[in-house]
Amino acid sequence: MSEPLPGRPHERKIVLSLAGITKRFGAMTANEAVDLDLHAGEIVALLGENGAGKTTLMNILFGHYVADEGEVRIVGPDGELVPLEPGSPHAALNAGIGMVHQHFALAENLTAFENIVLGTRPLLAPSTSSRADRQRLEALMRDSGLTVDLDLRVSRLSVGEQQRVEILKALYRDARVLVLDEPTAVLTPQESEGLFATLRQLADSGLAIVFISHKLAEVLSASDRVAVLRMGRKVADLPTAECDRQKLAELMVGHSLSQSRREPRAPGEVLLALEGVCAGSGREAVRDLSLALRSGEILGIAGVSGNGQAMFARLVSGLERATSGRILLAGRDVTAGDARAMIAAGLARIPEDRHRDGIVGAMSVAENLVIEEIRSARYQRLGFLDFGAIAARAREAIAAHDIRCRGGSAISRLLSGGNIQKIVLARTLDAEPAVVLAAQPSRGLDIGATGEVHRRLLAARARGAGVILISEDLDELFALSDRIAVIHRGHLTPARDAGELDRATVGLMMAGHAEEAA
Amino acid sequence: MIRFEPRETVSPLLRTGVPVAAALAALALAALPIMAAGAPVLQAYVLMARGAFGSFFAVSELLSRATPLILTGLAAALAFRARLWNIGGEGQLYAGALAAVAIGSGAISAPPAVMIPLVLLAGALAGAMMMLVPALLKLRLGADEVVTTLLLNFVVVLFVQMMLEGPMKDPMGMGWPQSEPMADAATLPKLFDRMRVHAGLIVALIAALLAHILLARTVWGFEIRAVGENQDAARHAGIPVTATFVRVALFSGALAGLAGVGEVAGLKGYLTADLSPGFGYAGIVVAMLAGLSPLGVVVAALFIAGVFVGADSMSRAIGVSNYLADLVVATSLIAVLVSGLFVRFRIRLVGPGRRASAGKDTGA
Amino acid sequence: MMEILDILVSPNFWAAALRIATPLIFGVLGALLCERAGVLNLGIEGIFTAGAMAGWMAAWLGAGLWGGVLVAALAGATFGLLHAVLTVPLGLSQHVSGIGVTLFATSLSYYAYRTALPDVTSPPRITAFQPLDIPVLSDLPFLGTVLFQQTALTMLALAMVVVVGFVLYRTPLGLAIRAVGDNPAAVEAQGLSVMALRMGTVVAGSALMALGGAFLTMSAFDAFFFGMVNGRGWICIALTVFASWRPGKALLGALLFGAFDAFQVRLQTEVGAFVPGQVFLMLPYLLSILALVMVARKADYPRAMLKPYFKGQR
Repeated sequence: MSEPLPGRPHERKIVLSLAGITKRFGAMTANEAVDLDLHAGEIVALLGENGAGKTTLMNILFGHYVADEGEVRIVGPDGELVPLEPGSPHAALNAGIGMVHQHFALAENLTAFENIVLGTRPLLAPSTSSRADRQRLEALMRDSGLTVDLDLRVSRLSVGEQQRVEILKALYRDARVLVLDEPTAVLTPQESEGLFATLRQLADSGLAIVFISHKLAEVLSASDRVAVLRMGRKVADLPTAECDRQKLAELMVGHSLSQSRREPRAPGEVLLALEGVCAGSGREAVRDLSLALRSGEILGIAGVSGNGQAMFARLVSGLERATSGRILLAGRDVTAGDARAMIAAGLARIPEDRHRDGIVGAMSVAENLVIEEIRSARYQRLGFLDFGAIAARAREAIAAHDIRCRGGSAISRLLSGGNIQKIVLARTLDAEPAVVLAAQPSRGLDIGATGEVHRRLLAARARGAGVILISEDLDELFALSDRIAVIHRGHLTPARDAGELDRATVGLMMAGHAEEAA
Repeated sequence: MIRFEPRETVSPLLRTGVPVAAALAALALAALPIMAAGAPVLQAYVLMARGAFGSFFAVSELLSRATPLILTGLAAALAFRARLWNIGGEGQLYAGALAAVAIGSGAISAPPAVMIPLVLLAGALAGAMMMLVPALLKLRLGADEVVTTLLLNFVVVLFVQMMLEGPMKDPMGMGWPQSEPMADAATLPKLFDRMRVHAGLIVALIAALLAHILLARTVWGFEIRAVGENQDAARHAGIPVTATFVRVALFSGALAGLAGVGEVAGLKGYLTADLSPGFGYAGIVVAMLAGLSPLGVVVAALFIAGVFVGADSMSRAIGVSNYLADLVVATSLIAVLVSGLFVRFRIRLVGPGRRASAGKDTGA
Repeated sequence: MMEILDILVSPNFWAAALRIATPLIFGVLGALLCERAGVLNLGIEGIFTAGAMAGWMAAWLGAGLWGGVLVAALAGATFGLLHAVLTVPLGLSQHVSGIGVTLFATSLSYYAYRTALPDVTSPPRITAFQPLDIPVLSDLPFLGTVLFQQTALTMLALAMVVVVGFVLYRTPLGLAIRAVGDNPAAVEAQGLSVMALRMGTVVAGSALMALGGAFLTMSAFDAFFFGMVNGRGWICIALTVFASWRPGKALLGALLFGAFDAFQVRLQTEVGAFVPGQVFLMLPYLLSILALVMVARKADYPRAMLKPYFKGQR
């Protein structure tokens, strides 16, 4: 139970109560006996690392999942707490719960307005909305400061605008509880500040707000109260004012953090160079990319998701052809190279979406370990597979990297994210490539697996490889990078020594204010 | 409430047993239409079984009917493994048959040792070319291969009709639209005296074995499986996705083309426009029943052939329409599709409000 | 040259074009509804056959023409429900399920027809829908012939273009259908049932497809023949892409197709002596492939099409 904070009139009234929520998926327990009360007018941060059960808990609240045990109760019309029908988003919406998902639940072929009114009228009504609906929504936008062009298709809105549409959806349905899942993952630091200012304003008007986060800084600055989840259990629930960074970190992880150490190292010769490279069109395009990656350095690329990182990674991975400019790998022109050519030239690629691009889920661990080299003489003779060599490689990699599986013939799809990433790391890095491209390599991983990723990238740097690290996580970038460049709307700033940059400067550059930052 | 829980491992028994059960269920369901036709159900089944296995002649008929089904089944299985939706087996079969007749009915004369391989090669090539077109339309222009292969089936059959009424018409055919007969040297030998089962069966069995080796033991097969299971990851890992699709398209078309060769050069001896009673489409059912495994295709083809031969024989005896066979074939496709859920998932009934049995998965 | 021009300005030519287009209008409308909701329905070819057989059979048994139309729609809805159950809650491959439904509906129709009429040598006939005779309208020059001397089913097809367009673009239901084909999570997050929406749309779309089949046996002809659908369903799937999933464009596409087909029939009478008939019969299929290829590169498929959705998944 939280201590009520003084000074705010709404806060003593509980609007929502989760009691003893337990949820299991097969043998895994995602939530265990979690209690959580929400008061009108407060902002609660739900803190935990990846896999701690935060999103599962909120999905139960919103009716996407049904809890195995426990109950959700919400304040009814007469002010009493009444049980909420489990497993029904419809019931949750009617009870005044609004949810902003991390991956926005928006139909991109509809306009912002259509997305907001979707499902609010009887299906067979002769029109989708009335003039009054429109006016009410416009009033809501004025009051909350959340403005978007309602008549644009969602596919044409920026990520920040799409998030505003999501919040407006909840407000339009008179939400009393607003849940946001990792709301700042797609925003610049400045945009995040704007979002939290808006949330504070909404809370002051009586809304109860929960946001899910694993970022300590924003939890400390934006919340009234923090609930910490670790391995599915609530391990703490206390006023933010009583917390500091160190305390929260220990609560979240269960022990104090050890930072990966980056030894100083003099950069060597240029390994990978991009010279005025352009590719793609529309929002995904990149323009006039230039950079020089040196031996023995990690070059971080910061940016808000959707600013051309994906295209940049596809270009360097050999999956996309540059329309102009050159890409040089160790002085050799590889502009026209495909994925196979890039691998052969000594470029290792760790893809952003490891489930989609990293592994073939239905194939075995062994097959996924050798897939990039399947045509090399090591694994085949005259086109016939050498199963002995493939199995031996699998045994070696599984032992060396502690890949938790039932052996080389296990189906990869069923492994955890961290173990899947270990397969990708073993496949790409064991051959000691000269250049490594790591796109969001720790996204969605827990702290242990993240540490393993960092250790391996630093090891590659230590033996003289050049590493490009694309990340949206500024903590990760500052911890690992020798130099940092920022990508914004397809343009890449010149890389600067990480030592001369700070988070605020990089944040400004991520928002496109490179001149002010300089 | 029903809950699906993914299985971590699938035992071989389950993997083979479930499709067998599905096929048998489809066969059992045929009792309903037989009853609707007012025929004695038990007797109908007995007649069907006798028609399919009751005598040496019946088995020979079964095997000769299974021959094209193995080949079109392989064509579908191989293509579907790469998630290339070749629904054009019917057209490719006709293309193969047409090519076989064009080469084998007198255009060239040579000894059987030359003619037979030549005819097989021509048919395979024609089938492959037939599938190359939709594959290239898909890869170069993004046109959905399902629709193009389906539509091309009609085009090919019309083209065959045109040839049979025009340049390839048999002048001795008494006005019937049929081709000149295959030369003796180009005819696939019968396996037994006075029985219709022919050397095409050997070709089909070898093809199944080769397809199995291709998929399971070669780099090409590895690449086909990777592309089929996850095209994005395969491309990212440097697998030549386009080349793999083209390769699969050629193999798949060639196999269906060979089915056409077998029918004209082994069974009928000449080409007519009603050569195939839907072997191309039935091949899809064969492939699905076989779980897309080349060796399984042989077994599944025998089952489907048995249904056709048995239903034909029963239909002659007690007057139940032989469309019953098509009905059983269609039902088995749907049954095997649904039964796939039992292979992939553990299906549990969960009472409302109660918690699901959260037992550890200890393997099947 | 003059002959071609003569053909193109003749009202009879355009009347024939609309007649040929009618089953395609039903089919494309049905297919685009299913696909807008995110489900490819390759059962269409079999559903056409089932509609043709069931509608004709009902009329032949004395249910009346409109009774037949209703029975056809119900038959289509039933096979649509089968496809919907297989692909929506069970999430099975839409390709394979569709082919399965086509094989099943076709063979069941043939079996039922053969079983009901075991001994007929020439197919029995019904009195089919007759051309309308509306005072004044039917006597209008040109338009009267093209539009108002069609049968009631053609009128129904044209009306359905308006109805489907209205539902899709003017009602909350249509909004939800368009949304569920793009991002089912968006629909679920707004409290609507993805499963109910998708299944309902597939059932309704399949009923429309079956009307296309019914038109063949109850308006274009007056009897049922084996193989009479002859790929029209597949053509509709191609035309749906060509029509970019819009009812208005579906009408346009079907009409263009009908006009081309009517034109080749007339051309055939002119040059039939020199060119084998099969060449003309091939043209509709080749034209459909061409239509598909032309738009394929920029086709904007509903984003969630072919992707099964399970509750709570995102």
